[in-house]
Amino acid sequence: MKPILAEKMKLLSIYQPSTMLVSRVESVTELEKLITIELPEGGSFQHRPGQFVEVSLLGVGEAPISISSSPSRTTNSFELCVRRVGSVTNAIHALSPGDLIGIRGPFGNGFPMERFRGKDLLFAPGGLGLAPLRSLINEVIDDRGNFGRVVILYGARHPSELLFRDELETWKERDDVELHVTVDRPDEYWKGKVGVITTLFYDIQIHPRNTVAVTCGPPVMYRYVIMELLGKSVPEGNIWLSLERRMKCGVGKCGHCQMGSIYTCLDGPVFSYSQIKHLEEALS
Amino acid sequence: MTLKILPKKALPAWLDGLHANYRLVGPRAKQENFVFDVIQNAEDLRLDYNTTILPPKKVLLPQQETILQFDTSKDFHQVEPVFEDTPTVLFGVHTCDMHAINLMDQVFGQGYPDAHYQTRRQHTAIVTLECLNPCTEFCFCKSMETLSVPEGFDLHITDLGNVLAIEIGSGQGLTLLQHAKMVRDAGPKDYQHLQDVMSEKWPRFAYQLDFDITELPSLIALSYKTEVWDSLGDRCLGCGICNVVCPTCNCFDVIDEVDFDLQSGSRYRIWDSCQLDRFCSVAGGHDFRSSRANRLRHRFLHKFKYQPETYKIVGCVGCGRCAQECLVHISPVDVLNELYRRQVPFASIEQEVLV
Ligand SMILES: Cc1cc2nc3c(=O)[nH]c(=O)nc-3n(C[C@H](O)[C@H](O)[C@H](O)COP(=O)(O)OP(=O)(O)OC[C@H]3O[C@@H](n4cnc5c(N)ncnc54)[C@H](O)[C@@H]3O)c2cc1C
Ligand code: SF4
Ligand code: SF4
Ligand code: FES
Repeated sequence: MKPILAEKMKLLSIYQPSTMLVSRVESVTELEKLITIELPEGGSFQHRPGQFVEVSLLGVGEAPISISSSPSRTTNSFELCVRRVGSVTNAIHALSPGDLIGIRGPFGNGFPMERFRGKDLLFAPGGLGLAPLRSLINEVIDDRGNFGRVVILYGARHPSELLFRDELETWKERDDVELHVTVDRPDEYWKGKVGVITTLFYDIQIHPRNTVAVTCGPPVMYRYVIMELLGKSVPEGNIWLSLERRMKCGVGKCGHCQMGSIYTCLDGPVFSYSQIKHLEEALS
Repeated sequence: MTLKILPKKALPAWLDGLHANYRLVGPRAKQENFVFDVIQNAEDLRLDYNTTILPPKKVLLPQQETILQFDTSKDFHQVEPVFEDTPTVLFGVHTCDMHAINLMDQVFGQGYPDAHYQTRRQHTAIVTLECLNPCTEFCFCKSMETLSVPEGFDLHITDLGNVLAIEIGSGQGLTLLQHAKMVRDAGPKDYQHLQDVMSEKWPRFAYQLDFDITELPSLIALSYKTEVWDSLGDRCLGCGICNVVCPTCNCFDVIDEVDFDLQSGSRYRIWDSCQLDRFCSVAGGHDFRSSRANRLRHRFLHKFKYQPETYKIVGCVGCGRCAQECLVHISPVDVLNELYRRQVPFASIEQEVLV
């Protein structure tokens, strides 16, 4: 039997990436790079903060990566902040401006912006968790009048692992954003707070019923953050998380991302705590 | 129901006619077992097969399937999806496996439709076969209500001894039958004969589950925390054979392969198994279903709870293949009956409280 190519059949494959151009590659830390990708001529990319794309390096493979730029600042391009951990992410790190990359998506539900409007927002990213939350935070900042207080509690293991330091500065300078940063282990230059992210909660007063909290990071971290938020009486339905699961297709077919009956790629990756607290496989 | 009759002696000529016009895939012997394979010679087709090692899903979702071909040698990337549309006749599919194909159609059709699967499916005509005897000691199709043919077949064959009764399920089925000679319409005697065969077969199959499948969703829901999973997890080897032989398992991995020039190559998908320990692991060493007990529970819940909830079709069709192949004899029938046995005392306690 002879395989036939799509052209003749005019069939579309949900697995076919669109080829796009890499226009910038910046080092963010030792481990992370920020990649700017140009949309094709006339291409639009109506994503929501919290959505992800499947990034293809032909010959290496595919990896799901959150869109780190906000829709409000995404016209002809978008940004991905990528930590190198394996084959695809290493190949992404080896890219230079002018290289081509394959993109599918955006996929996933994204954050429910309409439910956040008018609320006080508490962002609690840990480590690389800032990559997806940056999209949301900048979206909120660009539409600042429609939200209440904006509090950002950011924790990293070490000062050298803090992402987007320039952007942290601009947030810090705004008087309508409260930014608190902590590191687990300081270096000799670190003047800020030391301790795990939950220690930042002692310093802040919130109005729990009117607060929406959003967290993203490694499981050990978000479990403690959730406990802290519940301790402050933030309603379960107001606590939002973006979860990472192994994903191979991004479109509900390969089965890898299932937590119970939920497909993280379709139904998530954003969930409220009330949606998933009964799912043992979500928070374990 | 449009019923046709074909003398058995006319079957080889029909198969040859199909083979000449389609890729003909059906059960044939391989050592002591049977497999679905391309049928070159009519006499290789074994309609008396008991079961096959791999289900016929391998025709619609091949174990390994190229989905994209790419070439990055130019200053642009050429990426082409690959679709497989060879006209195929899948001949002699047992009713349980047809139920499984219907479920697979749903899985690949809903949400983001998968044109790779769908292209194959659209170019595959299915001839199902009525089971007149239990295929193995492991099957439990009667309990799973898959002992009768569901919709979706193109032709459905029942062996009436000297003749085959053939029910036409679609226009495509009618076309297939045009390759056969000596076909005649069924008369009242044939209908009677068919009815007799059907009512005689029924008692030959036993109910294997101690309860009715309508109780499955609640049984499974109540069994999430039982120790049954832990003891099964201790036995299970995590080998994933049960997924490989299952007609409804559809999970896959995606892998890139480059040619020697390092610039062109293909992306293929390959069956994967939720029982393997790296199935859910992510960078940083987190694994969200790290114990064999949890993975086994996931497999059962997926088939007996999540899929029925999503598709209104139970994700296990009772073919018995997993039970037959499992090296440590983990069988859905035993597991479900054990869950049921454990649930009964709880149920009666509840009743006592209510009284
Ligand atoms: C919704 C979502 C958003 C994400 N956003 C980002 C992001 O913004 N930035 C970022 O750097 N990373 C992000 N990740 C994680 C990223 O997808 C994985 O690190 C990446 O797939 C690893 O691929 P690799 O080929 O480099 O590693 P591999 O060589 O394949 O393996 C290295 C490690 O990664 C794990 N892994 C392999 N494949 C996957 C997979 N498909 N999904 C998750 N883990 C996997 C393996 O178990 C192994 O431990 C996100 C993941 C998800 C699910
Ligand atoms: S075949 Fe048996 S031992 Fe292997 S993974 Fe399945 S249940 Fe476990
Ligand atoms: S779970 Fe086992 S018995 Fe059920 S359909 Fe799959 S292989 Fe057959
Ligand atoms: S990533 Fe394949 S099903 Fe979700």
